[in-house]
Amino acid sequence: MSRIEIIINKCTGCGVCIKSCPYGAITLVDSPHTLESGRTVKQVAVIDLNKCTYCGACVEACRYKAILLQKEEVYYDFKDYKNIWIYAEQRRSEIAPVVFELIAKGKELAEKLNCKVCSVLLGNKIKSLANELIYYGSDVVYVVDDPVLEEFLDEPYAEVLAWLIKEEKPEILLMGATNIGRSFASRVAAKVRTGLTADCTGLDVDLETRNLLQTRPAFGGNIMATILTPKHRPQMATVRHKVFKALPKDTTRRGEIIEKHFDFSKVKIRTKFLEFIKDTTAKVNLAEADIIVSGGRGLGGPEGFKLLEELADLLGGAVGASRAAVDAGWIPYSHQVGQTGRTVAPKLYIACGISGQIQHLVGMSSSEVIVAINKDPEAPMMKIATYSIEGDLYEIVPEIIKAVKAYKGIN
Amino acid sequence: MHFVVCIKQVPATTSVQIDPKTGTLKREGVESIINPFDEYAIEEGIRLKERLGGKTTVITMGPPQAEQALREALSRGCDDAILLTDKAFAGADTWATAYTLSCAIKMLPDPFDLIICGKQASDGDTAQVGPSLAEMLDIPHVAYVRKISEIRPGYIKVERMLEDGVDVLEMSLPALITVVKEINTPRLPSLKGVLAARKKQILHWNKETIKAEEDKIGLTGSPTQVKKIFYPPPREAGERISGSTPKEIAEKLVKKLSEIGLLR
Repeated sequence: MSRIEIIINKCTGCGVCIKSCPYGAITLVDSPHTLESGRTVKQVAVIDLNKCTYCGACVEACRYKAILLQKEEVYYDFKDYKNIWIYAEQRRSEIAPVVFELIAKGKELAEKLNCKVCSVLLGNKIKSLANELIYYGSDVVYVVDDPVLEEFLDEPYAEVLAWLIKEEKPEILLMGATNIGRSFASRVAAKVRTGLTADCTGLDVDLETRNLLQTRPAFGGNIMATILTPKHRPQMATVRHKVFKALPKDTTRRGEIIEKHFDFSKVKIRTKFLEFIKDTTAKVNLAEADIIVSGGRGLGGPEGFKLLEELADLLGGAVGASRAAVDAGWIPYSHQVGQTGRTVAPKLYIACGISGQIQHLVGMSSSEVIVAINKDPEAPMMKIATYSIEGDLYEIVPEIIKAVKAYKGIN
Repeated sequence: MHFVVCIKQVPATTSVQIDPKTGTLKREGVESIINPFDEYAIEEGIRLKERLGGKTTVITMGPPQAEQALREALSRGCDDAILLTDKAFAGADTWATAYTLSCAIKMLPDPFDLIICGKQASDGDTAQVGPSLAEMLDIPHVAYVRKISEIRPGYIKVERMLEDGVDVLEMSLPALITVVKEINTPRLPSLKGVLAARKKQILHWNKETIKAEEDKIGLTGSPTQVKKIFYPPPREAGERISGSTPKEIAEKLVKKLSEIGLLR
């Protein structure tokens, strides 16, 4: 058990700790006593152990070091932990597509574990999105709707999610491995003292131990590892997008919407959102694109990307690039695919003049269909491509554009 | 101001081999470098100090040979270096690593203003230690920072890179940021820097020095465990599309793509 106590001959009864306590567990009572310094004071702080979570906020606030906290690691009885949670990441009322993929996978795992799949929706004026999450397969949606959550900030979001976890005790918590998800999940896992596995590409459960088997690439994709969180709950993982397939939307699905209210007044929020600057160079979000036409060193110059853009526009896709093309200054970094750029997994990836360094391959090798166009038949990209074409991209790509136009009936 | 940079020593190559007997990674004979993403963190820490005055402390956790990474950071212009090294730290996952770093940072004789980390390490690729460290130190953080637009004692304004654009955010200091490569171009160490770094002392701190709780460090303190490691299944070799003219090749390709429903 954790222990907390007030050291009476140090407590001046100043009351600073009362304001610091997020749980309203501290009061001052009349109890005249003498301090170490010899001064006599009238009041002393008292902690209500029924309300105290041993969070330590008061220990930090006390200027007189009058509060003693001994935390003990408690391994919870896992029986209290149930259900699979999906963090329903949304920004400006738009749910990240990976959320629907995670609900589908969560549902599959929930059937094996005989439990529910629940979504957690945090934001401001987002209640109306809850039904959407049910239509895609959630049994339950927890909603915390609060003006404080208007824009994503790690601190308040982590506070509220950690609080929900403590209240509801999920067995598993999955989040999208987006920039936000990876930052936010780390803070939450640190707060609730549990394991977090980054950027998973495979998930399964061990029915005997109810452990989540979390498989992820490491060393830039050269090695795969399966990770467990055997002694802590919830088991947390961020999951790469487009690895799992979302269920079709079904508006006849019914589920439960549970609204929760969190008192933010005691939470420290030291980060402030000022503005969002949209990236206007990319017409289609690279990470979400179904088709990507990508160029590398073989383009020979920035003008090559005009050609690729024409093909991408025609296919309704986005333009990607290798690091070599970005480093040469031919195209902005936001287009870079690979270990130091974006990880993509489109249905179709057309690699033009990209040799296929491992750092690039790890960012795109889970694409469904890969087309490689390269002068060098021995280039690594040519060896992993579904369809490889040996030749000059400046001869081939214009012909592909013509052929696609003919297929689509465009002149 | 006092800037703290957290770095990691990683294998120079990502093409590591699995020992078939033990099922663990072969680490011997692989050259070590500073994690490439941490180079930007070091550079930013040095630039801030040069501009605003103060000092930059670099910290790493690792085996004794990780001193080499710290020495290199010193040669670029960091002022102090601390190596957290103890057999008990070995096998730490991101939680235990963040905890160990947090204990050490709490022991720093001078209060810090800003902690800078690279966005992720090139071996584990998790991006988790920075944000977890911020939580454990109870300070705010912003991950994926591509620019510090303003900084002064107690205040920082940064740009956070997201998939579809950039968030502009401000925080009170002390705080933590993780940085992406857009933030700067790292310098090479100067000869003068290298010579000066040779004379500097690198502090070695163990679990007692940092007053770490035994059950929160190393393998035993790690909530996650590696069950197994394996090579990813190779992608099957595909089909070569050829023809006598580019037109013929292009038409064959478009036909194939349309047949599998990719052209709508």
